[in-house]
Amino acid sequence: MMTFAALQSAPAATAQEIADGRGYMAAVALLATGVVALIFARRLSTRFEAWGMPIALGILILGVWDGAVVMSRSTIFPRPIEVWGAMLELVRSGRVWGDIAASLFRVTWGYLLAAAIAIPTGLVMGWYTRTFLALNPIVQGLRPISPIAWIPIAILWFGIGDGAGVFLILISSFFPICVGTTAAVRNISLVHQRSAMNFGVRGLDLFRKVILPAALPQIMTSMRLALGVAWLVIVAAEMVGMESGLGYLINDARNMGSRYDLVVATMIVIGLIGIVLDFLIRRLEHFDEVRWGYVKQ
Amino acid sequence: MNPQPSRPKVVLRGVHKYFQKKKELLHVLDDANLEVAEGEFVCLLGPSGCGKSTLLNMCAGFESIDKGSIEIDGEPVRGPNPRRVFVFQEYGIFPWMSVWDNIAFGLANRTFKEKHTIAQRYIDMVGLSGFERAFPMELSGGMKQRVEVARALAVDPDVLYMDEPFGALDSLTRLNMRSEIVRIWREEKKTVMFVTHDIDESVQIAQRVVVMSARPGRIKKVVDLSGLDHPRDLDSKEYLAARDELYEAMGVSTRIGAR
Repeated sequence: MMTFAALQSAPAATAQEIADGRGYMAAVALLATGVVALIFARRLSTRFEAWGMPIALGILILGVWDGAVVMSRSTIFPRPIEVWGAMLELVRSGRVWGDIAASLFRVTWGYLLAAAIAIPTGLVMGWYTRTFLALNPIVQGLRPISPIAWIPIAILWFGIGDGAGVFLILISSFFPICVGTTAAVRNISLVHQRSAMNFGVRGLDLFRKVILPAALPQIMTSMRLALGVAWLVIVAAEMVGMESGLGYLINDARNMGSRYDLVVATMIVIGLIGIVLDFLIRRLEHFDEVRWGYVKQ
Repeated sequence: MNPQPSRPKVVLRGVHKYFQKKKELLHVLDDANLEVAEGEFVCLLGPSGCGKSTLLNMCAGFESIDKGSIEIDGEPVRGPNPRRVFVFQEYGIFPWMSVWDNIAFGLANRTFKEKHTIAQRYIDMVGLSGFERAFPMELSGGMKQRVEVARALAVDPDVLYMDEPFGALDSLTRLNMRSEIVRIWREEKKTVMFVTHDIDESVQIAQRVVVMSARPGRIKKVVDLSGLDHPRDLDSKEYLAARDELYEAMGVSTRIGAR
């Protein structure tokens, strides 16, 4: 935090700082030219397109960010190097692990509970027209309410803590999975329905052998969507109504002496975990039992 | 060599079908009368939109009968039944199941050992040995259609309904599949009702060809081919005469490029 302190103590721009700023502008312009040149370059190896381009752009963005902070002489917004320091601080102090665990705990349980309720509900709604007619207006009526709007009720019912978090994730994951499952079942091809009928398969067997597996690829897509939403919602919920978790950590860092370096570092942690969660759920799409739903025949 | 037609298996009497299309009532099938003998191979031949598929779907119990009656073994058709299995135009096999699981799909009530014996028998019969664990998306169109035929045969049905089962295959595979289906029919002695719009296909495989006309769908003519023995010689005079008769019944010329 040396630079940070130095900036705060200097009321006016020194010659050194102006020179720094010009240096930055020159470096950023150079990098930008390089990236633009790469984008319009005729021949690039595919590996370079896949890795080199994003890395070059990433460096450019970091450069613009750093240059902008230095030139604006902001005393609050952190430079990338400071964010890196804050990340190390989070990891070394061990503080972040507890908050990650708290957020993941709420998401896991809320999400699994939601799937356990939403998939059977969606299967039945999709297959039996009467159930669909009875439940669909309620589902469609509740669905547009932002999960964030449920926070006061969640706290009223479950108090400040994991219960409210799990409940909010349950609410936010239930609707995408339920609606996705219903649509998936209603889209099952007539030929497959008739095949099942022809061989006299009915009742629970019909759901187990035909309806569920036929709908599974689309159910998995809706579950992937729901997991993304759950990870967005938990941060908001923890910022408002909880005393642990990554969302709470962001609030805490801001409230305790405007530690925006910690704020941005936590944001990056949230993003990385979101990528890992999406990667993990996408692995499920490779099983033979669902892969047919994602490849063009 | 062909099995002789015996007592009627499927009997259609004055069958009508209407579809509601917006505000218009379409007469899809007009007074269809037909008797199919046990063990007989009958083709329903007609242009698209002549109601031949609808007729087959009604026999299978997938579509309601608006007027008239369809009886099988003297019993009116009341919905689908595993004794009569439908082989679909587009692939009706389940893409989420392996070849083995697809073929054993109708055998849920059998013991594991029976299931295994029966499934293996039909896998071998349609020439898919070695592909038991493969998934449909790994198979060619012809192989998928073989899986579907094997799945239908595995439950040992009396009647096979085939709705343009080879329509999506390339012409070489289609020729092979026709030979296969005739071979299997003769081995298994099933009653087969086979829908096609391909004149040559019908002459090559059927004992009897029921020619239908379009809008409203009517049975126009029935051509008996039971005098032509299998394997059929596609160059024989009798074969060519039967083919020409069907070309004429369908209202198309046997001479391409004629005016």
